[in-house]
Amino acid sequence: MWFGKPLAIGMPITGTTCSSSHYLIRAGAISGVASPQLGGWAAYLRPVRPAEITTLLRLEMALDLRQRAAWAGMLLYVVSAVYVCYLAVKGGLGLATWNALFWIILLFAAFNALTRSFQREDAGRQLYLYTLVDPRSVILARAIYNGGVMVVLSLLSLLVYTLLLGADVLVEADLGQFVLSVVLGGIGFASVLTLISAIAARAGNGIGLMAILGFPLVLPLLLTVMRASKLALDGVAWSVTSTYFGGLVLLDVITITLAWILFPYLWRD
Amino acid sequence: MALLLWNEPTAAMRNWWKFLGIGLLLFASIAGLRIPLAPALVHVSPDRIAPGPVDVYVTGYNSSFGNDVKVRLVNEGDAVCASSVAVLDGTHLTARFDVPAGFKANLTDVEVDGLTYRGALFTEGLGSGIVEEQCPGVLDMQNSSAQEVGFAFPNRSILYESIRNLHFHVPMWFTMIVLMGISVFQSIKVLGSNSLDRDLAAEMAVRIGLVFCVLGLITGALWARATWGAFWTNDVKLNGAAVTGLIYVAYLVLRGSVQDAHKRARLAAIYNIFAFVLLVLFLFVVPRLNAIDSLHPGNGGNSGFSDLDLDDRLRVIFYPAVLGWILLGAWMYDLRVRAARLETTMDR
Repeated sequence: MWFGKPLAIGMPITGTTCSSSHYLIRAGAISGVASPQLGGWAAYLRPVRPAEITTLLRLEMALDLRQRAAWAGMLLYVVSAVYVCYLAVKGGLGLATWNALFWIILLFAAFNALTRSFQREDAGRQLYLYTLVDPRSVILARAIYNGGVMVVLSLLSLLVYTLLLGADVLVEADLGQFVLSVVLGGIGFASVLTLISAIAARAGNGIGLMAILGFPLVLPLLLTVMRASKLALDGVAWSVTSTYFGGLVLLDVITITLAWILFPYLWRD
Repeated sequence: MALLLWNEPTAAMRNWWKFLGIGLLLFASIAGLRIPLAPALVHVSPDRIAPGPVDVYVTGYNSSFGNDVKVRLVNEGDAVCASSVAVLDGTHLTARFDVPAGFKANLTDVEVDGLTYRGALFTEGLGSGIVEEQCPGVLDMQNSSAQEVGFAFPNRSILYESIRNLHFHVPMWFTMIVLMGISVFQSIKVLGSNSLDRDLAAEMAVRIGLVFCVLGLITGALWARATWGAFWTNDVKLNGAAVTGLIYVAYLVLRGSVQDAHKRARLAAIYNIFAFVLLVLFLFVVPRLNAIDSLHPGNGGNSGFSDLDLDDRLRVIFYPAVLGWILLGAWMYDLRVRAARLETTMDR
């Protein structure tokens, strides 16, 4: 892509309209000609560019903070889901049901939040990013950012959930392990659904397709994390649960690696 | 002359693997359905006995109890022989025991001429042990194979005749995994080459693989009904099967929702690779983590059939059945790919 660099510099920086170029140039990420065009498998030998990833992360954050309504929407979704459960069950929940209900709410919250991930991308900006950066940086930055969003969202859901549905089950629990399972689960949802969101967006049939494609792939993670958090609620010792947490980390790492390998092909058109 | 023949193989020579597959399937199906089950004891009543005289009623399967049959109760060295045996017919007998008090362990197993029913009984009263009194002919009984009727399948309590399903149910999943493997291979090639022909092959492999998935689910559900009492249970292996089905139906839905052929090829290939790796994790890694609550053989501390079938009698039929079904699947895949290629040529 010989025109990568001139285009980046030549773009007018006019505040709000072209914020992505503004960010990319200010951070000095575009130091050389970033060539997103793949040269076969050799392309994977190129080093990851941390500067590019941090810049893209800041771009994501800036864009998201500008859309306060989207954040408010996600939070409102979680709060209303928890409130509906509160109205529906009224009163004591058993430990197993408490756990299951929490993860179901979190699962749907994750789908709701992460579907947006690639939907908001319009064709113009996508082409522009494509000429500037390595696609692997885009997917890594997006996955990291979505992981962060999911961690925040999961912890907020946990807070609202315990406030409304009671924290009786947490008395016996190993709280540290439970929070760890919530964090790992959130990151796992994000890592699976980021690539799926990209595929669904490319297929041009966003929300419906996202659920169909994502649901069976999230199940392995969901089953493992539900069992891990159930054991944490039972207050089972670390020596027993460590296999589950190890498995969760393994699932997260493999999923992100796959997304990292496959995304460049998805991006090409 | 021989060289000439080699250069122009006949259709029969080119298609040898199809004949092999059909031959293996015929062999496995006929042998798998015709070979009898080994004799075994299937029922013992009562299931709880106290010291004193007691009549034990024993039912066998495929057995031929003779008049000189020897019956005893055993556990870890302790044994009580029947004082009298009344043989009703080849498969039913009543044995009278005079059970003394003061055994070291519960007498749990019933033995009839070398056939054993483990855990059939519960006897009361643990003592310090009694003077061991060898029954006549007990030593012969250890190695007795008088009841063996040549080549037979092993017999096991809840399986009985349903063990024949092994030659159908398990090969379905093997075939499905092979076809999905072919599909992923083709998908990787699609990413490298953008070839629409490879994409078509990947799709057809998934379609045929789904047929075998459905067959595996049906045979599995019937087997579960016969042995566990329900068509479907919440089991890691069964969840794995369901997720497999869902993933590949989703793959077909994804294909259906993209119009542009090249874009469809690439999106489907990416999803296929992503899904296959996660599926392999789900089928082979997650069950190891959640293994404690599985009923399925070969899972969660349950023994696979290899432990039960000590003398490899099942394997003689099972391996040909697996190869036969895989070859049949490959043939179906080949036909579908060729038909689809003809269709695209005719469209052009």
